[in-house]
Amino acid sequence: MQFATKARALRLAGALVAVLAIAACAKNPADDASLAGAGSGAGGYAAPGSPQDFVVNVGDRVFFETDSVELTPTAQGTLDKQARWLQQYNRYSFTIEGHADERGTREYNFALGAQRAEATKNYLVARGISPARMHTISYGKERPVAVCDNISCWSQNRRAVTVLNGGQS
Amino acid sequence: MTSSFTRRSATGLLLGSALAPALPLRAQERYLDVRPGGQFRPIMIAVTHFGGDPDAGRMLSDIITNNFSRSVFLQPIDPKSFVDRTTNPDQPPQMDAWRVVNAQFVVTGRGQRTGDGRLKSEFRLWDVSTGQQVAGQQYVTDPNNSRRVAHIISDAIFTRITGEKGFFDTRVVFIDETGSKERRRKRLAIMDQDGQNVRYLTRGDELVVTPRFSPSSQDVTYMSFGQGDPRVFLLNIETGQREVVGNFPGMTFAPRFAPDGQRIVMSLTQGTSSNLYVMDLRSRNTTRLTDTSAIDTSPCYSPDGSRIVFESDRGGSQQIYVMSGSGGGAQRISFGQGRYSTPVWSPKGDYIAFTKQGQGSFAIGVMKPDGSGERILTEGYHNEGPTWAPNGLYLMFFRDPGGQSGAKIYMMDVFGRGEFPVPTPSFASDPAWGPLLS
Repeated sequence: MQFATKARALRLAGALVAVLAIAACAKNPADDASLAGAGSGAGGYAAPGSPQDFVVNVGDRVFFETDSVELTPTAQGTLDKQARWLQQYNRYSFTIEGHADERGTREYNFALGAQRAEATKNYLVARGISPARMHTISYGKERPVAVCDNISCWSQNRRAVTVLNGGQS
Repeated sequence: MTSSFTRRSATGLLLGSALAPALPLRAQERYLDVRPGGQFRPIMIAVTHFGGDPDAGRMLSDIITNNFSRSVFLQPIDPKSFVDRTTNPDQPPQMDAWRVVNAQFVVTGRGQRTGDGRLKSEFRLWDVSTGQQVAGQQYVTDPNNSRRVAHIISDAIFTRITGEKGFFDTRVVFIDETGSKERRRKRLAIMDQDGQNVRYLTRGDELVVTPRFSPSSQDVTYMSFGQGDPRVFLLNIETGQREVVGNFPGMTFAPRFAPDGQRIVMSLTQGTSSNLYVMDLRSRNTTRLTDTSAIDTSPCYSPDGSRIVFESDRGGSQQIYVMSGSGGGAQRISFGQGRYSTPVWSPKGDYIAFTKQGQGSFAIGVMKPDGSGERILTEGYHNEGPTWAPNGLYLMFFRDPGGQSGAKIYMMDVFGRGEFPVPTPSFASDPAWGPLLS
């Protein structure tokens, strides 16, 4: 147990501090707003402070490496922007959804998705957002956004999505 | 025993009565000993067209033949090759005619409506080498239970020949899947082991996964997403009564009954860690079993309840561990290449089945409870979630080919000799085999 605790503690510490240049090893969709789902591509005007503004101009999701809960530098950049926006528009409470790709077993993926949501929550808290505004939930591998049998889809599904109350994922 | 009698009564099934002649004493030996392992030749068996009312008789023999064709240990002979086409179960079969088609056993029988609208079903099992009848029963039932009678007859024959418990008179709970993968509709469903009599237990408005059958009652435990945190539920499949299991501060998942049916072991997520807990269904007391900052999940008791096998990534990646049934220190038992998950202990106690991930594929395998003797039974893009038949000789699991397709359920024997798709109306996953009904 002693060893196990330490190993995991290191892994989670990494999630908060990691500035390792590992982002280059996989082509993550990162915070490209065009992949972010709601609101984009419709040509609509996203009013500042609206949930649509958050999705289109900030980026509502971060992506993870395979079986990893570490926040990549790209993910941290997205969460920094999320934190600034959430501080400015502090009327929103929100849910952080943790997801896993389909290349894992169902039960493990629920726990993995929970760890990703928690890592995201911890980062936002460290950036000054009140934990009272946040709720986390894990969907494991049950709600993929991209479906195919290769990495181009899996990398989009390993994600944590910040869903504003009143918005939609 | 009381409970099995009650269950029989509840379904309107009358107790079977033996058909003379009584079994000779020496007949209690097993004809096919499956215990030494996978090196055996299946027993060749001829299931004749049952007599009586043409529809009733034919249905019984068709169900029995289909059961045996998936049994691996018994191999039904193609009826087209039969030389003796008599179906009168009151006459001993012409053994010479059955030797010609290499039959070792012949099954005769009859299905007939009685004056009061019931169905009388009977069978006799004949040993071709001696010409003797070695088993025989008759059953009087509500006609709606004719499929069950066919399964009970199949079990009686399977047990008589192999000396092993049957598995045909069983049901399987599973998840019925429809709609796109992005917005999958999942319903809890139940079917007979041969895929028939599908019934839906939830409506599909809430996401449900990982059902598990109680070994001693008509209850199913599963994980459901409703309002708030996803939680473990308990559902009585006869009354429809449903309740949350425990009052835990977080997501509960990966439930499974203890062998006594009185406790449910599961995972609870708090923060970044997932630990194992057990709840006593009578006292509602919960006990924490593991204390780690890692992911401990997929717990399953040994059949005697003394130990729990589970998966944990406490050492860095998913591996299988065994600990005492009351928690405490755990021993890692999986040491092959890759990640091991979803361990399930055989009801016989001799094997632990698992999912194994490595080099881009997902396999189903078995190992002994000390981790030795690992055997991979099937491997491919994605195989997951084995569940044992109550006799410990067969497994079901689900296989997903990837992409917008979906999972289907498969059955195979513990030696990996035969694999059969289980027909389901839609895509299907997370099978959980229930106990023998009779």
